[in-house]
Amino acid sequence: MEENRIETEVETKQYIVVNVGIEQFGIDIKYVDNIVRMQKITRVPKAQDFFRGVINLRGEIIPVMSFRRKFGLEDDTFTDKTRIIILKPEQQDSIGIIVDMVKEVLTLEEEEIEKHAQDGKDEKSKYISAVGKNNGNLISLLNINGIIQKMI
Amino acid sequence: MDVSQYLEIFIDETQEHIQTLNDQLMIMEQEPENPDAINEIFRAAHSLKGMAGTMGYKRMQHLTHMMENVLSEIRNGKVGVSAMLADVLFQCLDAIEGYLANIQESADEGTEDNEAIIRQLNNILEADGQAEKEEEAQPAKEEAPKKEPEKIIFAEFEANAIREAFEKGMNVYDIQVVVEESCILKAARAFLVFKAIEENGEVMKSIPSVQDIEDEKFDFDFRVIVISKQSIDKVISAIKNVSEVKDASGVQITSYEEEKPKAPQTAAQPKQEAAKTEMAKTESQPQKKEEKKPASGGAAKAGGSKPVVNRSVRVDIEKLDVLMNLVSELIIAKNGLVSVSNTENGVISQGFNEQIEYLERVTTNLHESVMKVRMMPIETVTQKFPRMIRDLNKKLDKKMELTITGEDTELDRTVIDEIGDPLMHLLRNSADHGLEANSVRVQRGKPEIGQIRLDAYQDGNNVVIEVKDDGNGIDVEKVKNKALISGKITQEQADGMNDKEIIDLLFQPSFSTAEVVSDVSGRGVGLDVVKTKIEALGGDIEVKTKLGEGSNFIIRLPLTLAIIQALMVELGDEKYAISLGSIETIEDVMPDEIKYVQSKEVIHLRGMVIPIIRLDSVLDIVPAEEVPESYTVVIVKKGDKLAGLVVDRLIGQQEIVIKSLGKYINNNNIIGGATILGDGEVALILDANTLL
Repeated sequence: MEENRIETEVETKQYIVVNVGIEQFGIDIKYVDNIVRMQKITRVPKAQDFFRGVINLRGEIIPVMSFRRKFGLEDDTFTDKTRIIILKPEQQDSIGIIVDMVKEVLTLEEEEIEKHAQDGKDEKSKYISAVGKNNGNLISLLNINGIIQKMI
Repeated sequence: MDVSQYLEIFIDETQEHIQTLNDQLMIMEQEPENPDAINEIFRAAHSLKGMAGTMGYKRMQHLTHMMENVLSEIRNGKVGVSAMLADVLFQCLDAIEGYLANIQESADEGTEDNEAIIRQLNNILEADGQAEKEEEAQPAKEEAPKKEPEKIIFAEFEANAIREAFEKGMNVYDIQVVVEESCILKAARAFLVFKAIEENGEVMKSIPSVQDIEDEKFDFDFRVIVISKQSIDKVISAIKNVSEVKDASGVQITSYEEEKPKAPQTAAQPKQEAAKTEMAKTESQPQKKEEKKPASGGAAKAGGSKPVVNRSVRVDIEKLDVLMNLVSELIIAKNGLVSVSNTENGVISQGFNEQIEYLERVTTNLHESVMKVRMMPIETVTQKFPRMIRDLNKKLDKKMELTITGEDTELDRTVIDEIGDPLMHLLRNSADHGLEANSVRVQRGKPEIGQIRLDAYQDGNNVVIEVKDDGNGIDVEKVKNKALISGKITQEQADGMNDKEIIDLLFQPSFSTAEVVSDVSGRGVGLDVVKTKIEALGGDIEVKTKLGEGSNFIIRLPLTLAIIQALMVELGDEKYAISLGSIETIEDVMPDEIKYVQSKEVIHLRGMVIPIIRLDSVLDIVPAEEVPESYTVVIVKKGDKLAGLVVDRLIGQQEIVIKSLGKYINNNNIIGGATILGDGEVALILDANTLL
């Protein structure tokens, strides 16, 4: 279904828009498996520092990372708006990512998406694939594979 | 004729025969005069020929037929066993394996004619002037003595059925079916006969019973009582249409003798006994006869390796995986109930607790049973090794012997499937790098023939497999130099490394100390692959070596993969599980009992000095402010090494389901996985092996 839509209407893509700090980020909806409320995270000692630990999602153990830690921002403060977005990249295990809040689902047309210039030196710029423009707001679109690949 | 449903039986039996051939050829090579070995080989080849013929695999049939001819000459003493001959026979074996591999893949034997091998076989025969002996080397078939049909006594319900048939105007026939003696899959034939009959009527009774026929517990004939509307000729011709049925004859039954209902036992007994003695007769027929009839199911199985009654069901491993997952879920649910019953205040009645305990027992037993179903003896992997060593013997021109012990040690099926290659690598390594050339061995005062051992045994919750050789051992200096030259380590690093660390370099990718790269080993793709594979199975590998005396690779594998008994401990407010299998004891240790050796904490326990590991600092947990009155120390072991883990509190023993943390989190394997506790919380599983 998803695939079809992308093929027939090449121009639009849907994104989940999340807030982290003062910025807005978009996650391609095809990677999103689930959005869950904040829950008890079991810390995993000696793991990479951007991992907050693992959660039990209906019997599955899912590692959860902090968006803020991954992007080198100020550490999370959990509120009742904090959400864990469960990403399911193709052919790979699920992974959770903590964001401050989920704002909306947004449909962007192709001309509203501007390819992001990759700055080879900055590790973090690889996490962003493009910038979306919507009603004057700028939304950084995440390169999910780029974020995950470094870990494996 | 559709034989596809017998394909699995065929594959199974072929594998068995190939194994027999393999084992016996090895014996024959060692003891060329051993008549038993030659007979066994002949039988196996003959059975293979018959089976291939039944299934319509012409090429395989031809090859085995030629083999049989040669073997027959050997058996008759006309051809002597030579090294060349053994080689050719081994080649045949490989070719048959090739056919089998094709058949397993596509149910077709492929198009390889193996002409070269057949030519060699022919040459052997011709050398003996016996080439024209084309037809069946098999001894003349015995004419099965025609038995006078015994009077059948029917049980009450059978008599009723016959009476009913008479009333309906149906015919009842007593038919004697004889299958050909060369027929291999007798049960399959019988099944086809039954099927043929069922198209024309109904099989009411058979002698021996259907069950026995399915188990091939009959000689070459059986009797069936058939109820049919058709004429007896039609039924018999239908039976005769089944291939490899030698004869079928029968009479119509018009009267019957009913078993006296009053004394059913006594009436039935003589008949049964008669059947039994008859069967006993068949089984105890003199050896000579068995030799002549290698085709008969029982005789073909070398040395009675297969139990007479084999009640088993073939199950797809995936179905077992599903079952295992369900058992896991059940255990999690049960743990949930246990934790509810523990937290709910006093309202829980005693009955509830009893039921929970009962549930606990059942789930534990269920888990154990499912695990057992998945277990297979390691023999399935090791049985191909003697042949491999034999080939290496020739290839490397080194004399060596392989001794295998503990083949009946059982492992989970998934582990069995994966462990073959690593073991093969290690054995090749021992043969190629480990053992010295024979002349060198003699110079060093060692026995000329190199010894390689493979020992498997169970050790607690682990299975240990050791691959040992009495060769040169690992030359630490040589490894160090090699690592320096190849730039794997720097001089400073090398100076700071102890022997063990240097030996561990061998497990790094593309590292080989063999001076000459042979096609046996030395490409450096060996040990690192072995290590990765074993670690993927949740195991580990270590090496013990002494220069000049040999080396020992010790592989440790978990017995089970999914569910373990664990001790739950608490550190700060975090919960961890430690596999019960690695726990030796639990001790209370006073703070002043902790001593320092080389500025490391140790305790002295029953004559042993055991290093102390402070888990809170290993796991980055903020330690408790005050020093407790006494420490709770969990003593864990790995092989012969012990260590004491300091924990805050013990929670208790629990059956836990191991879940993977996934591949994103990288924490140097201190955490072996996670488990879900009864209240839904996640607890991490400490891998004591990596802590040691």
